[in-house]
Amino acid sequence: MSAVFAVEFAFWQSTIFKLLLAFVAVLIPAGGTVYMYLFKMVSFMQSRLGPMEAGPYGSMQLLAEVGKWAQKEDIVPTNADRRVFVAAPYVVLISTFLLVLVVPFGPDAMFVNFDTGIFFALGVSSVSVIGILMAGWASASKYSLIGGLRAAGQLIAYELPLVLAVVGVVVQAGTLNMQGIVRAQIDGEIFGFGGLGNPYFFTQFIGLFIFLVAVQAELAQSPFDMPIAESELVSGYMTEYSGFRFLLFFIGEFATANIFAFLAATLFLGGWGIPPFIADLMFEAGHDHWAFNLIGPAVMLTKMLLITFVIYWVRFTYPRFREDQLQTFAWKFLIPLALVNIAVTGVLKVVF
Amino acid sequence: MPSADSPTEEEVVVVDEARDALLEAITAELGDAVVASHILPGKDLWVRVANDAWSDTADYLRNRQRFRFFSWLSAIDWMQSPFGRSLDAAVDIADAPTEDAAESEYTGTGADGYTGGETRFQVISRVHSLTTQIGLNLKVDVGDDLSIGTWTKTYPGADWHEREVHEMFGIHFEDHGDMRNLYLPTDFEGFPLRKDFPLMARLVKPWPGIVDVEPMPEVEEPEAGEESSSASPSGATTSNPEDAS
Amino acid sequence: MTAVNDRRQMAYIAAQAADARVNLELEAEGMTLNIGPQHPATHGTLRLVVQLDGEQVIHADPVMGYMHRGYEKLTEVRTYPQVTTLINRIDWLGSFANEVPFILAAEQLMGIEAPPRAQWIRTILFELARIANVTLFLGDMGVQLGAVSPVFYAFRDREYILNQIESATGGRFHPNFDRIGGIKDDLPAGWIAETKSALKEIRDFCDEMEDLIVGNEIYEARTRGIGIIPADVGLSYGLTGANIRASGVDWDVRRDNPVGLAYDQVDWKVWTHPDGDSFARYWVRLQETRESCHIVEQLLDGLPAGPIMTKVPRIIKVPEGEAYIETENPLGVMGYYIVSQGGLEPFRVKIRSASFSNISITPWLLKGTYVPDVITILASLYFILGDIDR
Repeated sequence: MSAVFAVEFAFWQSTIFKLLLAFVAVLIPAGGTVYMYLFKMVSFMQSRLGPMEAGPYGSMQLLAEVGKWAQKEDIVPTNADRRVFVAAPYVVLISTFLLVLVVPFGPDAMFVNFDTGIFFALGVSSVSVIGILMAGWASASKYSLIGGLRAAGQLIAYELPLVLAVVGVVVQAGTLNMQGIVRAQIDGEIFGFGGLGNPYFFTQFIGLFIFLVAVQAELAQSPFDMPIAESELVSGYMTEYSGFRFLLFFIGEFATANIFAFLAATLFLGGWGIPPFIADLMFEAGHDHWAFNLIGPAVMLTKMLLITFVIYWVRFTYPRFREDQLQTFAWKFLIPLALVNIAVTGVLKVVF
Repeated sequence: MPSADSPTEEEVVVVDEARDALLEAITAELGDAVVASHILPGKDLWVRVANDAWSDTADYLRNRQRFRFFSWLSAIDWMQSPFGRSLDAAVDIADAPTEDAAESEYTGTGADGYTGGETRFQVISRVHSLTTQIGLNLKVDVGDDLSIGTWTKTYPGADWHEREVHEMFGIHFEDHGDMRNLYLPTDFEGFPLRKDFPLMARLVKPWPGIVDVEPMPEVEEPEAGEESSSASPSGATTSNPEDAS
Repeated sequence: MTAVNDRRQMAYIAAQAADARVNLELEAEGMTLNIGPQHPATHGTLRLVVQLDGEQVIHADPVMGYMHRGYEKLTEVRTYPQVTTLINRIDWLGSFANEVPFILAAEQLMGIEAPPRAQWIRTILFELARIANVTLFLGDMGVQLGAVSPVFYAFRDREYILNQIESATGGRFHPNFDRIGGIKDDLPAGWIAETKSALKEIRDFCDEMEDLIVGNEIYEARTRGIGIIPADVGLSYGLTGANIRASGVDWDVRRDNPVGLAYDQVDWKVWTHPDGDSFARYWVRLQETRESCHIVEQLLDGLPAGPIMTKVPRIIKVPEGEAYIETENPLGVMGYYIVSQGGLEPFRVKIRSASFSNISITPWLLKGTYVPDVITILASLYFILGDIDR
């Protein structure tokens, strides 16, 4: 950060600054995708208009919804384990905010540059499982309990393909550092041609597929939405939540979708980079130019929208699996496929 | 009591061979258990069986006559409503409510309906044969003990129907095993579909009845005929409440 | 101070009790789960008390009656023309089809028959009611399985049919159009052409559903082999309609006993499926919707001229007698057993509604299935609460 403004910030200053930016990085894209995709695109898919009244073309609808939720009565079921019940949505949300920390938005524009960034991301993404289990257990509702248990089983089963899909990228990039992975894609060459860089969706398309499927399951979105399964379990672990806490779950759900899309963009679509030949035309320094700290976020946003589009498209098209079919799919198809992918990647890495 | 009614259509006296043959077969097998029967040629067949043969009849029909499809089972309360036929107020004055309506007893002979009967309650059921496409209405008298054999052993689908009859008419099905209320709350008192169960809404505010009665028209224009059936409900709105009594 | 402590203590005791209860339920052989009366999958107020072992159903017991309206009692104090208003509300998605068997039974008792044109229009509206009903099922099945979009297409395309029903009868949901001896009005001008274009939309909708749902691997995985009903079991439980035809029973009242309707005048086919599972039930209904379009198109082409009302007395008194007429309604066989004693009102009306019998198989069928399959099976049996509770 400091390089951009050529001013040294004190640690506390930059911390507050980063905290605010993290909120922006999580909430603004979340609101944008919810409006664009959940409200509008899905409405068009379902041959309806969606919100039209609040603001021009219904664009203020989300604010109205937030206002509605914030006003609602704060209900905790009588038999609920009150503390756990109250804490659960925050635990889910924490995992979302921790995830965004390691996502690089530009050469310098990232919150923390861990050497093991992707490792950290995969680690904290599992924190949400704890929140969901807490919600399912503490609600003292059978639907919530079944939903929570389903979520636990599902999220644990799909952590593995998620990690294994990333391993292919890591092997190819040769680093766990997120910035390093982006750099590897920008500086990469396809058969000696470096004009496009080497975004890993060319070589790791199987990895991308597995990653997206696993993300869909991690997010409990259709066709893997059994933990919520509104026609079976009413709302799964969220059944007993209302008002502001439901809003937190809601934000957690859709913001996490965006963050995972950011991750997928970083890992497979070249992150904040654009094809190097364009970058070279724009600036002499190419991707090292400071302006990419401003262009980068926009590029990431575009790539994120592309991936979330797929997420929502699938979500509102497919029926859901049954719990055992989901496990079968994970253990008998995705994980072997991911392992084969790693093996092939490893072999090719050595050969080339 | 085979049918003595002549068919309403005058052109041919329809003889329904299939139903005749079926009736013969049933009578031959069940013997004295077939108390009465009635055939509407080309349309339907009614058989009344003895009370103690009720369960066996189902078994025979399903397993020997291939009446595989169980359609429904219900009951009829043949008592005239002690509250009068409120609709006919303007037409049949004689049926006006009596003073001691609620205490009235069943006085009818029971000889109502196509196959007659001796008791106030009759259980009626319908089964259907897919091979011959003939439906069969079975009736049985239910004596004063209001108890009768169950069909659930033969037709599992009779379970809910019998539970409904149990709660609505108070008829007990022996060996059914699960005579909980189906629709009504567990602590509901009374048997709603019995004729002496008052429909309070109607008693509190009776329908004025059809006023403006005309004799049956012999010849009418088609347009007038078209109008007629829709006219009767609307006639009620303009009616005079005094005509109700 | 003491009050706060007391409250804390109370809360603690309550929490302990809750924990104990949950633990007890988990450790006992089963957990009782109330599906309904307010539940998204029961679309209405059916309550299903299921004993669960994990997610496996040990025992399922449907509890009905939350919507019982006592129609069998109410018909006893209403004139025959008034009864049709009531029975419109039994299966509220295909209302017109409810009226027809009652009217036919009354006509049989009176010994009259509607003129041919009335019969044809009745049949057309009957089939339109079936389409209006079943299209919603075709979309709703997707919702029950987690695909949200198809039901919106169903509502969209059902609208075309509802518009046609409305322009012919004046009522979108509850036409109350059938009369003893005929029908209320003739068809409006231009209706035939409009209906044909509406049917085209329905055919497109069927193709869309076939692409979206029937051809979907997840859908097949969720429905194939789920909730298999053997034909014989189905028949002895009184299953009718597409539910029993999906078990391979080639029986359709429209073809086998078309009383007072014009089904024998047109060329059509009864669809069956040998599997008897949830997939088969969906597939049969899909094909039947197309077949209904086919029937209506033929009927529209061959609509005879003539009166639409036969001669009936101004005040309808039905002669003494008993009659039972059943028709193949959207949900299955619906019949009315009318006992008349010569009055203005029926003496006793037994309403044989299809969903009541169709759902009565659930305790048998749900045993040993899993919670997600409970929803699949309930959705594929396709019930309407008004048709169960009457």
